[in-house]
Amino acid sequence: MATVHFPSSLRDLTGGVADVEVDASTVRRLIAALDERYPGMGERLAEGVSVSINGEILPDALYEDIPDGAEIHFLPTLSGG
Amino acid sequence: MTVTDEPTANPGYKQVGTRPIRPDGLDKVTGKARFGADLVLPGMLEGAVLRSPHPHATIVAIDTSAAEAMPGVHAVITGADFPDLAANGARPDDVLMSKNVMARDKVLYEGHPVAAVAAATRKQAKAAAAAIDVTYELLPHVLTVEQAMADDAPILHEGMRTRGLDPAPEVDSNIASRITHERGDLDQGFADADLVVERSFTTKPVHQGYIEPHAAVADASQDGRANLWCSSQGHFSMRTSTAKVLGWEPTRIKVTPAEIGGGFGGKTVIYLEPLATLLSLRSGRPVRLVMDRDEVFRASGPASGTSLRVKVGVTEDGQLTAADVWMAFEAGANPGSPVGAAGMTVLAPYDIPNFFVEGFDVVVNKPRVAAYRAPGAPMAAFAVESVLDELAAGIGIDPVELRLRNAVTEGSQAAYGPKFPVIGFVETLEAIRDHPHYQTELGPNQGRGVAAGFWFNAGMNSTATVNVNEDGNLTVVVGSPDIGGSRSSMCLMAAEELGIDVGRVNAIVADTETVGFNDVTGGSRVTLATGAAVVDACRQIKDDLRGRAAKTWDVEVDVVEWVDGQAQHVDGSETPLTLGELAAKWGRTGGPISATAALNARGVGPAFSTQVCDVEVDPETGEVTVLRYTTAQDAGTAIHPSYVEGQMQGGVVQGIGWALNEEYIYSDDGHLENPGFLDYRVPVASDLPMIDTVVVEVPNPAHPYGVRGVGEVGIVPPLAAVGNAIAAATGVRLTDLPMSPPRVLDAINRAAGDGGD
Repeated sequence: MATVHFPSSLRDLTGGVADVEVDASTVRRLIAALDERYPGMGERLAEGVSVSINGEILPDALYEDIPDGAEIHFLPTLSGG
Repeated sequence: MTVTDEPTANPGYKQVGTRPIRPDGLDKVTGKARFGADLVLPGMLEGAVLRSPHPHATIVAIDTSAAEAMPGVHAVITGADFPDLAANGARPDDVLMSKNVMARDKVLYEGHPVAAVAAATRKQAKAAAAAIDVTYELLPHVLTVEQAMADDAPILHEGMRTRGLDPAPEVDSNIASRITHERGDLDQGFADADLVVERSFTTKPVHQGYIEPHAAVADASQDGRANLWCSSQGHFSMRTSTAKVLGWEPTRIKVTPAEIGGGFGGKTVIYLEPLATLLSLRSGRPVRLVMDRDEVFRASGPASGTSLRVKVGVTEDGQLTAADVWMAFEAGANPGSPVGAAGMTVLAPYDIPNFFVEGFDVVVNKPRVAAYRAPGAPMAAFAVESVLDELAAGIGIDPVELRLRNAVTEGSQAAYGPKFPVIGFVETLEAIRDHPHYQTELGPNQGRGVAAGFWFNAGMNSTATVNVNEDGNLTVVVGSPDIGGSRSSMCLMAAEELGIDVGRVNAIVADTETVGFNDVTGGSRVTLATGAAVVDACRQIKDDLRGRAAKTWDVEVDVVEWVDGQAQHVDGSETPLTLGELAAKWGRTGGPISATAALNARGVGPAFSTQVCDVEVDPETGEVTVLRYTTAQDAGTAIHPSYVEGQMQGGVVQGIGWALNEEYIYSDDGHLENPGFLDYRVPVASDLPMIDTVVVEVPNPAHPYGVRGVGEVGIVPPLAAVGNAIAAATGVRLTDLPMSPPRVLDAINRAAGDGGD
């Protein structure tokens, strides 16, 4: 079970819910589960979103494994100088 | 030259942490280094770009016939000669990138390319470009976020609706997107505060100011392939982007990196490369395009101009209780300002229980912004760190102490979401607090300011190959352009791994067909990510060498260890074999010795910097003189301390320029009035004191050598550090950059009741 924290920019889809527990072993499965629970979430998360898994920010995380008990954050994709 | 002690976090290293002479230095100071504009090919033509004189206009017609008939002209191209990516269903970002390289239907800023010419000489090319007849229908323009966000503003992009609004808007807007971050109960947070300070701030667009202008040479063949030489921060990225604009497969283009004369984020995007390639294809000759300095200013991406409002509350014992931040960032002609990063960094150094951050990405009729060291963070930090300074003064505690009481540490929930890993923010604060600089007395009209900053750093994709040569020396082949000393850092890590002197290692930056893919040199990522690939490859080589020694001695490999550059039998029963000896006989043990590692780097270590600045303000003229400046930055591990210090100093100097002098000055009719270094004033050596550096080393546990990345965070604090010092010297808070003499003098006079301007 992972804890997913939604940024405020996604909470219009969750009805204001900020955190949710989801049972998913990969980011792809997590997004599918979230899209089922909050329709439109999958499309939104496909738009340049990075995923933080236990503090590690991953810009291309779709196939990443999610450890049990992980803390997940969705973040904008960044560019550096 | 440095004024700091040697970093000492990793005394066990023999190579890492030393200061070998930079390998590129001799060629650069003797003029031998080949930069983007230095390449000359047989039969090469020279190019010129015709740019829009208008900030916003529809292109009605372009007549190139006169130009094509002029002497020496071999090819003329316009937007019509490029594939219509929108019609081809390309991603919107790629469509906009293509239209920024060459306008199709309308121009969105002064300097926007509308045509390009290749001719026998540069003079002929420029003359032909000037002979191209473009018919424009002028449109009203917007130059600031305030103008662009007005209800009746002229719209730059038909059909653009603001993302991030609920409900979704039904009208077009110049606001491309809205971002928010929030935590806790803002009203309660401010109710808990004993002191609240609220201020508004503005910053102007500033350029990275790299000394080398953009340059590209293309040599396209009639078989549809092309060689491209250019100065960039990522030749793989140049290849990908150029191919998209041309509608080609990327591998039809081979990109060879030139030596780079500065980038700072501004050379991560394409401008000339597709134009040179298409001109070469049309003319059948190599074509060189080089920007003049005024083209660099008018048409390459500066950092955003911004408007910010910040409100922060604090208790009398120094606990921050709430923060409310509003930001609007100019994106230039196309969406994509760094307001997202600004929103994530603006409160990142501090543990604040209640906050709301709102940011807007706003298009205006100026060149599309580009990355500039820690993009978005300096402007955001200018606002927040200025307000923190006022709060500290208001409750009567030391400004470093205020930051220490609220500083994030390992495990703190960052304002942008995740928990922080091991970080060294507190250590940088303590380094400044305990530095002799912080205790020195100040004289009349002098003031001291401190400020802090945060940057994420990055990982991303890297490939490296390490070849053992027949003499036992190493060649490290990377695909990351060296803009801050990375070749030297790669050599040091390779030497450390193999246990040899760094003088036996050479690193090269190879073309797109010689080494595997690498993302851009940006995000302070190369020493971490490409360095990790080099370390991986070296460890493969060590294993290989142990196997070859085992074969030589006819023993099992697990009794062979690699120590100080040679294979040893664990019980000392064999005469050790050096790297050179094993290389000399590689034919007997399996052939040449080489290894490649490719990775998507993990374990990024965030960076923090705390800085202190002393200034003297001339009350008669408003001139600000920086008397002394010290920067403390967590490098993780300083692989090559001189380069680390150089990055720290460079970031500070650019930040001081941003604070005091630099700005794009536009006339009301949308023309840039200072497109040159005489009127756009960057600091030079004689303007500033030596920037003192304190290299803090809190190693990143996720990297084999503890690397974090050092290229960006140094530019985050100076804007506020200088502003805070001016406030301390004058008693006047300046909130609009740059804090140039007229502005400072006006602020002093206003405060004195003289009215100012």
